[in-house]
Amino acid sequence: METYSLLRQFADSWALLVLFVIFLGVIVWVFRPGSRAIHRDSANIPFRHDDRPADDRNPTETRK
Amino acid sequence: MWDYVKMVVFAAIALLAALAANYARDIAYQVHALIVMLVAAGMFIWTVRRADEPRPAAETGYMDGVVRAGVIATAFWGVVGFLAGVWIAFQLAFPGLNFEWAQGYMNFGKLRPLHTSAVIFAFGGNALLASSFYIVQRTSAVRLWGGNAAWFVFWGYNLFILLAATGYLLGATQSKEYAEPEWYVDLWLTVVWVVYLAVFLGTIIKRKEPHIYVANWFFLSFIVTVAMLHVVNNLALPVSIFGSRSVSAFAGVQDAMTQWWYGHNAVGFFLTAGFLAMMYYFVPKQAERPVYSYKLSIIHFWALIFLYIWAGPHHLHYTARPDWASTLGMVFSVILWMPSWGGMINGLMTLSGAWDKLRTDPIIRMMVVSIGFYGMSTFEGPMMSIRAVNSLSHYTDWTIGHVHSGALGWNGMITFAALYFLVPRLWNRERLYSLGLVSWHFWLATIGIVLYASSMWVTGIMEGLMWREVDANGFLVNSFADTVAAKFPMYVVRALGGVLYLGGALIMCYNLWMTVRAAPEKAPVRMAPAE
Repeated sequence: METYSLLRQFADSWALLVLFVIFLGVIVWVFRPGSRAIHRDSANIPFRHDDRPADDRNPTETRK
Repeated sequence: MWDYVKMVVFAAIALLAALAANYARDIAYQVHALIVMLVAAGMFIWTVRRADEPRPAAETGYMDGVVRAGVIATAFWGVVGFLAGVWIAFQLAFPGLNFEWAQGYMNFGKLRPLHTSAVIFAFGGNALLASSFYIVQRTSAVRLWGGNAAWFVFWGYNLFILLAATGYLLGATQSKEYAEPEWYVDLWLTVVWVVYLAVFLGTIIKRKEPHIYVANWFFLSFIVTVAMLHVVNNLALPVSIFGSRSVSAFAGVQDAMTQWWYGHNAVGFFLTAGFLAMMYYFVPKQAERPVYSYKLSIIHFWALIFLYIWAGPHHLHYTARPDWASTLGMVFSVILWMPSWGGMINGLMTLSGAWDKLRTDPIIRMMVVSIGFYGMSTFEGPMMSIRAVNSLSHYTDWTIGHVHSGALGWNGMITFAALYFLVPRLWNRERLYSLGLVSWHFWLATIGIVLYASSMWVTGIMEGLMWREVDANGFLVNSFADTVAAKFPMYVVRALGGVLYLGGALIMCYNLWMTVRAAPEKAPVRMAPAE
């Protein structure tokens, strides 16, 4: 089989399946039990270190 | 020691550039070689003057100098790009403005790529550089990785813009839309981009936050994908090492497919993913509440990544490429509607419970209009990618209207909002100079966009219908010149919309300038006692 047809066939069969399953896996992973607290914590990242980087000298500014 | 290495390198570059200018086969190459020579000579002198001087201790804290420079460059290039756009809009309405004395330099064909590159790569690109450097530090809680590498990225990128813009005017172009710069400019951008990736990735790797905030995911996908698109689409063989001309590695339909794989994903990852990263940081910050759904933001990201890369072929409906590619591009463009609107809902709903801010805060208003235009143009785009619709809209002004409702509405407005957010913080000011002027900017820009988009809808659909109109015997009714004549009033309206948009940007520049010059300094932060 010529390269083009071979790659074509691979692309619309196995490659498509793998990508689709990975995508479904991402969705399942996002909604996994217990993720709510982690996501709430992640969503608050922009509100933590406005003025200076986190380091050991500013313990009040590190994550709660 | 390191200083001496730098001196040798800069001297060598200046010398080689001088040689290249001497042997240059065309004027664009010669001017570029001279620019490179001057830059390298300047860097050489600067290095000599600083050699063996004691170095100040390494700074700590966030690296905001480069962000400040990026903000200034964004505002500057924004005005340049909008001005070029307004000018060429008037040239279309009044062809007499293609002056005889400026023939070959200032006519529409030369200025059009200057306009697109100035707004997309110079205005948008500097906004992305500045905001990505600002956001990645705050959300990783560390200083930028790589020391002065970030400055190299900033100056290197702006040198790329200078080379690209002067090249267009002097006729150096490889005739690929949004990828016009010739081979040596492409190589330079590749170097700059790899350093950009290293700085960004290095900062993420040494982060103190365990989780990588979603904005950084979008920025990273933007940097990685643009690198891939840029390298593949610009594969070309120079005709001469001393000339700007090169020949593409692809030919015919492969060339077209590669170009629109590049072109559409430049929209998808430069103008969408990168600016979504800005949305996911600046909207929550300005609204002072976290993003509506972090789960949705993750799904939004992955859906966009999985789908966008396939949508390019919708630029080539009814051409000589295979039918399946056409269908593929169309189907993926339509599916893309869903993640786009997921992202739009996520951005808008971040304001739920804070809708009153729309009345009091013109920056929030800009963000909301921006997200609204994102939603509108990501609905319009999939619709136009459907073959039946495309047969009417393709090659007409409808496409230009679509692009501008995305670019002026979504990219422009979110960037203005980001600049209004950043300037007081970066220059340590308590507030902006004038919120009233922000409102003026908001209304001028919004009315400008509405004039632009609506006039382009009318003229686009009109010329599409005129082109396909046949009489009872099957002959075409209208000549091309008939459609051009019919479009005149809409062209004037479009240009006036551009004037309003440019006026708003000038007001913004004044406001930001006065913020730095005249707004009261922020009171020193009172340290909270350790608990």
